[in-house]
Amino acid sequence: MLTSVIPIAFALVGAALALTLWRLLAGPSAPDRILALDTLYVNTVALLVLLGIHLGSALYFEAALLIALMGFVGTVALCKYLLRGDIIE
Amino acid sequence: MSEMMDYVLSFLILTGAVFTFIGSLGLARLRDFYTRLHGPTKATTLGVGSLLVASAVYFSTRGEGVSLHEVLVTLFLFITAPVSAHLLAKAALHLRLKSLAKAPEEAGRPET
Repeated sequence: MLTSVIPIAFALVGAALALTLWRLLAGPSAPDRILALDTLYVNTVALLVLLGIHLGSALYFEAALLIALMGFVGTVALCKYLLRGDIIE
Repeated sequence: MSEMMDYVLSFLILTGAVFTFIGSLGLARLRDFYTRLHGPTKATTLGVGSLLVASAVYFSTRGEGVSLHEVLVTLFLFITAPVSAHLLAKAALHLRLKSLAKAPEEAGRPET
């Protein structure tokens, strides 16, 4: 059953990434685009975890953790730029 | 792997993927920024959390001891998602983005 569920999950997460990418390109305002980037990295973490289960390898968690870390820092930096006009004051 | 574990894992993975998709659908389809903020920050967090629990269960049942890598990622995502949502809302308010909701003055007072 697991072998038939994983491709469906890949398709759903891939569709989610496509929708998020559309919002990133079309988003009318800057916070919309930042929110799309934020969602993009969370979805990428989901995709990497799925790949880890699919391949049966625990190697991908370091990559997922790094993406989560860097994505958060990026979101905070971009929001700070919008709020204050500068990142490091 | 037992039959029961197979069903539990399939349920968790499917739930996670569906919630991730719903969160991104909300991001793409809703009509103003403040409602769009709603979708990904809740649904996607639950989706990724469910997938990470599935991964922890999967790697713990393979007989190589309990897998704790996922707990780190889960903890980190669950701590940072509200913080980034708060900052995004602050940035949107700072830029005075249009909201679909009426301003408090226009909304009027409910009849008593």
